[in-house]
This record gives sequence, structure tokens and C-alpha cells, in this order.
Amino acid sequence: MAKVLMKGNEAIGAAAIKAGCKYFFGYPITPQSELPEYMSRELPKVGGIFLQAESEVAAINMVYGAAGAGERVMTSSSSPGISLKQEGITYIAGAELPCLIVNIMRGGPGLGSIQPSQTDYFQATRGGGNGDYRLVVLAPADVQELVDLIIEGFDIADQYRNPVMILGDGMIGQMMEPVEFTTPKQRELSEKDWATVGTGGKRNPNIINSLYIDPESLEKHNIKLQEKYKIIKENEVKVESYNIEDADVVIAAYGTTARIAKTAISKLEKEGYKVGLIRPISLWPYPYDEFNKISDRCKGILTVEMNSGQMVDDVKIAVDGRFPVSFYGRTGGMVPTPDAIIERVKEIYGGEK
Amino acid sequence: MTVVFQKTKGLTDNPTHYCPGCTHGIIHRLVGEVLEELGVLDNAIGVAPVGCSVFAYNYFNCDMQQAAHGRAPAVATGIKRVRPDNFVFTYQGDGDLASIGTAEIVHAAHRGEKISTVFVNNAIYGMTGGQMAPTTLIGQKATTAPYGRDEAHSGRPIRISEMLSTIHGAKFVERVAVNTPANIRKAKKAIKECFQIQLEGKGFGIVEVLSTCPTNWGLTPEEAMKWLEDNMIPYYPLGNFRRPEEVE
Amino acid sequence: MEERIIIAGFGGQGVMAMGQLLTYAGMIEDKKVSWLPSYGPEMRGGTANCSVIISDEAVGSPVVIDSTAAIVMNRPSLDKFENLVIPNGRLLINSSLIDREATRDDIEIYYIPANEIADSIGNSRVANMVMLGAYLEAVEPVKVESILEAFTKVFGENRAHLLPINKEALEKGAEAARKQKEAIV
Repeated sequence: MAKVLMKGNEAIGAAAIKAGCKYFFGYPITPQSELPEYMSRELPKVGGIFLQAESEVAAINMVYGAAGAGERVMTSSSSPGISLKQEGITYIAGAELPCLIVNIMRGGPGLGSIQPSQTDYFQATRGGGNGDYRLVVLAPADVQELVDLIIEGFDIADQYRNPVMILGDGMIGQMMEPVEFTTPKQRELSEKDWATVGTGGKRNPNIINSLYIDPESLEKHNIKLQEKYKIIKENEVKVESYNIEDADVVIAAYGTTARIAKTAISKLEKEGYKVGLIRPISLWPYPYDEFNKISDRCKGILTVEMNSGQMVDDVKIAVDGRFPVSFYGRTGGMVPTPDAIIERVKEIYGGEK
Repeated sequence: MTVVFQKTKGLTDNPTHYCPGCTHGIIHRLVGEVLEELGVLDNAIGVAPVGCSVFAYNYFNCDMQQAAHGRAPAVATGIKRVRPDNFVFTYQGDGDLASIGTAEIVHAAHRGEKISTVFVNNAIYGMTGGQMAPTTLIGQKATTAPYGRDEAHSGRPIRISEMLSTIHGAKFVERVAVNTPANIRKAKKAIKECFQIQLEGKGFGIVEVLSTCPTNWGLTPEEAMKWLEDNMIPYYPLGNFRRPEEVE
Repeated sequence: MEERIIIAGFGGQGVMAMGQLLTYAGMIEDKKVSWLPSYGPEMRGGTANCSVIISDEAVGSPVVIDSTAAIVMNRPSLDKFENLVIPNGRLLINSSLIDREATRDDIEIYYIPANEIADSIGNSRVANMVMLGAYLEAVEPVKVESILEAFTKVFGENRAHLLPINKEALEKGAEAARKQKEAIV
């Protein structure tokens, strides 16, 4: 298929339909409303259903019901709406249901702003809802990668019976770039024999549930979840690195911020600086091991985010004291400039190249 | 030996956890019998709430999902929209449906979701230990209303059936009670009619069942039946509020 | 080659569409492209703008803060974006609606009476295409043919009948820019 120019939010919808998702439950919120609008227009054409719920809370619980009934299903929102969905997300994780959740982040806390931000990193990677659970969190940096991760995200969700979150910011939702819809590598997915579709009189009832009132049973369930998360950590880390074996300074950034860092790096290279980049694509599982490849000559790691410093915690865990870690961020919908990043990198150089 | 009575296939053999004298058992049986009699047991997907009937998924002999507190109508919506040929019902208490889940039940009814709801109203939060519900009567004591419900402080008890019967998408609304054999028979009839509305594809249906909570009311099971008759029925009148032919 | 363009005006002047045409045309020519709009309440009535990048290399930051060219359709846009143009960059001013001259003397400046030109060919709504035509003439980032090919992709086949008037607008804009270019160079 030829390349088409698409807005990020609409590309998400097109990719989801391409991945066989026929059901979308959502609620409008800027800056992702083009996605539910797109789905309301396109899903009926493929025999699917778009439903605008009465709230984000209802929408995510509709996703729970539909996923429990064995169908590929998704929802999307932006930061404050994702907060409302946390109840449903932890139930979905607890009941081990596959689904795709898109968060096109905006500034916070509270109602915040509608401009791009990355302030929900903690919420996405550390929980957000109650209990010991994990989402697979994928952070695309351009519209093509967004499309690819949406399509693969559904497969990851089905393979592990786990919710997958696509974490983008307002910029990637709003911008247009060329995309091509390709078929990703096929994963072996098993039948959803656990789904509630009616017993048909042929088997015992299936039950979708996250309640284990007996402590021993709940601990067993938690151990099983942790074993699953361990396998995901082994298999699903995604990261892009640039020049880290030979860099004096390494920038760690994800999503659109990483693109700004790339612009800064190419400018710095013209001035003779050696700067590398680690761009985590999976934020959970986090690519901790990638930081082990950084050369010993590295003077420091600069973490750049559109928040007050969240992923920097994971960077510190990853380098484990091997290098000094510094942070530069903008918040409130302000976007870091390449020049500001360049200035920080030069500070780490301390004047000498 | 002639079998004159046997347990419905609509219920599993799991012993229930309900308190002695609690009427959830009766209501479960009625629902189970109706599922069996309508021939939808193999096709049904039920949704259990949070509250006393949280374990309903262990008792109904069909596929079940357990929903977050109050969200059963949203979960049922998700199921029914992707599996329109399955029979989908929710079983919810008054804390679940009439308090935390009002948005979900109102909008499921409003959209005319083709699901059926059994709403068990015992005027109290049972599972958490007798706290005040939105349905608790004026003057009725609860662990969070130790001096009795005061209208000036908490408002009057909410009448769900009356409220939902103003919504166009709700095609069947009836309030019944399970305090006497005659009322139990009427309750079963209402549940059956309500479920048939869904099978005929007509829209949303709900049966509100006035129920007892001897444990938290501090009464014997027999006294509780009497209390329901004397106190609940006068405020929550029994009867049908809506049938499809009345909706235009 | 990397063109980083800001296109700005008030809502309804078609600035988003100009950016999309340019971006699509870049894609048709196998260049790396991105289009980033301003979004939010300002889209209604206030100043709307979009950033377009057309490059031979992969696009880094999609945010344009040092533009190689700016196309400004109204006065607030000139005030806001004049200083973002890099030295030797281009500034295209819709002189029909902007009552002041630019203050910079280190950039190429074009004054295009876009609304008057659009009116003269019988459709005031193609003022944006006049400006786009002028820009294409001044910078030549993509071919006019690519813009025309992009037209139905962006606006849909049911707008194909508007192609001739839009083509004419592009040509008139180019003509206006050509005269000024000769004067500048």
C-alpha cells in the first residue's frame, strides 16, 4: 500500500481497524477527539461499533465487558480522562483481559492544559490504579511508529492477556506525517477459550473476575501475574539507540521529545561533539540493559522530558551510579527546544570537547 | 419415587455465603428458574456487582463477569454490543446501582441497551456492614446514620423505578417484593416478562426487588419480612411502571 | 535541503490546508515531511498556524522555531512570527490585510495582495492559494504539479472541479512573487 499523509489521531484509528479491532468505547477530550470522531465514521463501515459512553469510567468498563466477551477492543483519552479510567484499567489487569488504551497526554495536574506533555509517565508505568499490576506501555516518536505499535499492541495484549497502553503526547496526536500500513510479524495467538460467550451447554461457565477473597488464592494469582510480567520483560523490550558506544554524553528521551533531542544531536555533531541517544520505545518493560552499552568515557546522561522529571528515575535505576544523571524538562505544554538541550549537553562537557 | 421439586439448573451447586434469612437466595432462585425456563442458560452472560451479591458469579450457572462497583450496566453494555445474540443481565444491589452506579444505570436505560437488570433493594449497605444507602428510609438507623436518616441532612430515599420509568429507553420497569409467597410469584412473573423484553429486542428492562437484610436491620428473618411490608412497601409502592406498549 | 515553514492567519483563511498541500506535495516527491498544527481554543477566530517541514533527512523536531520561511495572512501573525525567520529566510506577507511593513532587513520579504488577486480572478476564498503560489515561486521547495496532485488527496475528489481556479490562484501568486524576486535579486 502506498504512503498516505495522516494525522496521528486518525492514523491510530486506521491502524486499529487494520489490526481487526471493531469496537471502540470512548468519551471526547482534547487533544485526542479526532480519534473517536474517526472511529464513529469508519467502524460502521466494517461492521464494527463505536459507542460514546456517558463518561470515561463507563467507557473503560464497557471495554472490560467487551474484552471479557473475547473481542478486540480499545478506548482512548487524554490525561484527566485516563485518570478516570484507572479503576477499569486495574480491573482489566486483574482479570487479565487484553485491550488497547491510548493516552494522548496533555499538561497537568488537574485540568491542566490541552497542550502536549509527558506528565503521565509515572501513572502509566507505575500503576495509576490500585494493586500490583503492569501495563505494557509503548511510546511512539512518529506517526509511522504509532501505526506500527498500535497494530502490534493488539497482538501483545492478546498474547499476554494484558492491557497495552499507547502513550503519546498532544503533538503526535495532532501532527500529520506519511504512513504506510504494513502487516507486522505474526504472533502465535491462542484461542480465547476463557471468554464469556455463553457456555453453549458444552462446558462449565467461564468467569471474568479480579476478586480473590481468600488471601492464599490472591497471592497465587499475584505470583502468576508477576511470572507473566517477567516473561514480558524478557520478550518485549523495545529501544532505539544511537552512537552510545562512542558518546561523551548520552541523551535519554522518548516520544516526540526524542525527536527534538535528535535535532539537537545533529547540530552538536556539526560542532564536533559526540552525543548519543537512548530512546525507550517500551516504557514498560523499560530497556534498563541498554544503558550497560554506554562507553565508560561517557561524562553523563541527560534525560529530557516534557514533565518535571519522571523517566529520569528509571534512567538512574538503569545506570546504577555509573554515570552522573541530569535532567532537563519543560512542562505545562511548553516544548523543549533543541538549543536548550544543546546548552545542557555543553554544560555536561564542562567547556572541554 | 416421584420428583415433586428440584433445584433449578440455573444455579450451580456452590453453597451461598448469604446470611441466614437473607432474601438474596430467593431472588437468585427466581432468576435461575427464569433463565432455565426461557432456555437461555447456555447463551446467557451475567454481570455480578460489588456488594453482598459480589459472588453471584459463583452461583448463576452461566458465563459471568464480575464488574467494578456500580459499573455492571457499562460492562453489560460492552458485552451486549459485541455479542448482540447473547442474553445479558446484571444483578445489582442498591448501594451499587442507586448510589455509585447511577450514571451507568441511567445511561444504559437511556440508550435503550438491550440488557436486563435485577435490582435488589434492601435499603442498606449489607456487605460493608450496614451503612446508610441512598434507599435507606427516613428515620431508619444505619452504621453511618446512627441517629436515623435525617431528610435535612441526607435527603429522601431515592426511588429508582419511578426515576427510570421517565426514561424513554427503559421499556420495562416493575417493582416487586419477596416477603410473601404471593409476592414471590409476582416477582418471578415480572423477572420473566423483563427478560423476554430483551429476547424480543425491545430495549432495556429492570425489576426492582424489595428485599430484606435481617443482619443489618437487627431483626429476625420473620420480623424483617414484616418490617419490609410495614415500612418499605408504603414508600416504595409495588407494581409495574412501564411496559413496551406504553412507550411511544 | 530542509525547509521549515510557518503558515499563519486567522481561522477560515485556509492556513491549515495550505500546510497540508505543501506537506502532501513533499511526500509525493519522496521527501521527509511533517505538519504540526496549533490546536485549541485559538483555532476559533484567533490566530491559527501550522508548522511544515520538508527535508531530505528524517524530520527531527516537528516544532518550527527557526523558520526558513513564514507565510503570514494577517497582522497578528506578522507580529508573532516575523522574528522567527532565520537570516536570509523568506517572509511572505498578505498585504491585502496587513497594514504595516516588515521591520527586518536581513531576510527576503514579499508583499502579496492575496485577497485583491483572489477577487480579481473571481473567488476571494483562494487568497491562501495565491500566497502558496508566491511561496512556491520564491523558494521552490516542491513542484507546482505536486501541489496540484496533492489537491484532490487533501480535499477529496468531490472538490476536483475547484482545481482550475486554485491552479490559476497559484499562478497569479507566483507571478506577483516573480516580479518582486527580480527586484530583490
